[in-house]
Amino acid sequence: MTPPPTDAASDPRDDPRRDPDAHWISDEPYDAEADLQTLERKDLDASTTVLIWRRFRQNKLAVISGLYLLVIYLALPFVGFFAPYHPGDRNADAIYSPPQEIDFLVGGHLVVTYPMVSSIDMDTFQPVFESDYDDPRPVRFLTRCSDPWTFLYLFETDFRLICPPEGASLHLLGADRLGRDIHSRIMHGAQLSLTVGLIGVFISFAIGMVLGGFAGYFGGWLDAAVQRSIEIIRSLPELPIWLALSAAIPANWGPVSVFFMISIILGLLDWPGLARAVRSKFLALREEDYVRAAELMGASTPRIVGAHMMPNFMSHLVASATLSIPSMILGETALSLLGLGLRPPAVSWGLMLNDALDLTAVEIYPWLLAPMIPVIMVVLAFNFLGDGLRDALDPYS
Amino acid sequence: MGSFLLRRLWTMCWTLALVSALIFWIVNLPPGDVLTNQINQLRASGEASSVARAEFLMQEYALDEPLWKQYLIWVGAWPGPHGFSGILQGDLGWSFELDAPVDEVVGEAIWMTIALNFFVILFVYAVALPIGAIAAVKANTWIDYTATFVGYIGLATPNFLLALILYHKGAQWFGLPVGGLMGKEFADQPMSLAKLQDIMVHMIVPIIVIGTSGMAAMVRRLRANLLDELGKPYVTTAQAKGVGSVRTVVKYPLRMALNPFVADIGNLLPSLVSGSVLVSLVMGLQTIGPILLSALRSQDYFLSGFILLFVSILTLVGMLVSDILLAVLDPRIRFSGRKR
Repeated sequence: MTPPPTDAASDPRDDPRRDPDAHWISDEPYDAEADLQTLERKDLDASTTVLIWRRFRQNKLAVISGLYLLVIYLALPFVGFFAPYHPGDRNADAIYSPPQEIDFLVGGHLVVTYPMVSSIDMDTFQPVFESDYDDPRPVRFLTRCSDPWTFLYLFETDFRLICPPEGASLHLLGADRLGRDIHSRIMHGAQLSLTVGLIGVFISFAIGMVLGGFAGYFGGWLDAAVQRSIEIIRSLPELPIWLALSAAIPANWGPVSVFFMISIILGLLDWPGLARAVRSKFLALREEDYVRAAELMGASTPRIVGAHMMPNFMSHLVASATLSIPSMILGETALSLLGLGLRPPAVSWGLMLNDALDLTAVEIYPWLLAPMIPVIMVVLAFNFLGDGLRDALDPYS
Repeated sequence: MGSFLLRRLWTMCWTLALVSALIFWIVNLPPGDVLTNQINQLRASGEASSVARAEFLMQEYALDEPLWKQYLIWVGAWPGPHGFSGILQGDLGWSFELDAPVDEVVGEAIWMTIALNFFVILFVYAVALPIGAIAAVKANTWIDYTATFVGYIGLATPNFLLALILYHKGAQWFGLPVGGLMGKEFADQPMSLAKLQDIMVHMIVPIIVIGTSGMAAMVRRLRANLLDELGKPYVTTAQAKGVGSVRTVVKYPLRMALNPFVADIGNLLPSLVSGSVLVSLVMGLQTIGPILLSALRSQDYFLSGFILLFVSILTLVGMLVSDILLAVLDPRIRFSGRKR
């Protein structure tokens, strides 16, 4: 603060007509609102969404997981294009064939593979596969091969990104007991295995939102009823009940209806967690001033809930939903594995693992366990993403 | 404490009643169970004796009654063809598939299930406690990251895969037995010291497999709780007063962090029981898992219904135990019963 100027005559502020008490007044511009507008914390200078995004971006693992999941989910309709074979293609010469080797930049070709030559080991009577290194064959790209795949039930084409070389096979992850390409089957299996979780979460989300919302907003007997049912469903052992419900699906249903039933079953037992979260959020938010204000201004209940309360807890729900997708993916795997979930000719990771369910597989044909890798990766990615989201959700802490 | 216990038991009782009704409904959902098929076959044969037998079976299992009455008879709250004889009276029903009373079919398997889950819980607590505590104290060091990483892998790897790999490696490296809960030579023998020892050895891999997923969640929760506590001023005070570093952690913050950890058995038990069903199937353990699956497949509904009910009871008891433990540990819960 500068001391008041001594030269009384030259300073207009000392003019008694302007300020009879001759107080010193700073000539810096004064804004009465300034206090209200300065931020309590420097970093909170944007909308909540932006803040959440900023916080989320710092968690590299979560961002990478999110991108990874985004890419594979976007690629789901096009798996037929990326996979070299149709999932049902049987190659009688490649039964239990181990993963085939590939080499890059050999003989002027980008990628070459070596045909597998099979023989029988006369001691163990097992087929033995060996790569014929003298006969490199170029892998074809962007051509037509194998049985046609269908794009979203719209049209059929046999145009593929990767095709096996002329006169040889391309089993990058080996082949199963019917000589089907495991690599292609994993890619096709992703379609069902990954959407089951998504649909299941959608169902559990819908039920959880509606019931939790009603319970939290209206309270009273409705709240009591919802809370009791939450308690009951939570006390049911998840997997055995899944088994019992899947066993109830009639055996003559088509693969698509079975798929939807499985998703519904997975979703039906998952909603209590979400409903609980929604309910407690509703209870907390109902007391907030801005909700009271909206009520007093005559806003309708749907508007209060939709416009004022939802944005406040939606992000929380998304995070917890993300965290419950992996358990559903694992659930589908378990159900199909036990023969109570999806049924052949549908292709899913669980069904593929059904073949790998004994120690012979681990010992002799370890590549049958390959579907494990995408299962683990997807489950981990969802966990990382969910954790990242959850941590980012409260940017004010 | 007494009134809290009574209230809690009462809740458990009516939950159990509703759960049992739900289970009975679920196992009766699929049309065409073993019994109905049998009756239809008898009727279709057209012989007088077969039709009479079909009528007898209808009578015997009250199949002509509505479902709710069948349920009440099953539970033992309504007089059936033999008066009050249901689960409440200790009559668990009849397995049509195996043609034996349910209690005979599940007898030993139930004890195996309880024993297995008990040891799994011990294992989970014994391993998760030190790992979680160390991960929290050494937060953001390589120890913490390794624990987190192993935890995540445990969370993401399906149990059955872990089972296969551990069996394979266990047999290869340590000569552990593969599959089952006891050697073939002990299968039909009464309990003896040798049999007990054999069961123990067989249980090692299953315990690790079933425990891993629960352990991962446990470690993460304990780490989070303990980290919260470690940031509080009283820890700083203790450090400033020169209390040794181990003592600082163990004496106060760890105790505080243990509350939710101990009480978590309510969440742990259901997931373990669920998980053990699947793992038992893959590993060929003589628990109720494989029996449940075959009963569900053949729609042997007295058997599957009872097993589901039993698993639910295990779950509910787990929750009860956790609530009681919490109440013992934390007086705030004990006394804040009714007012909400």
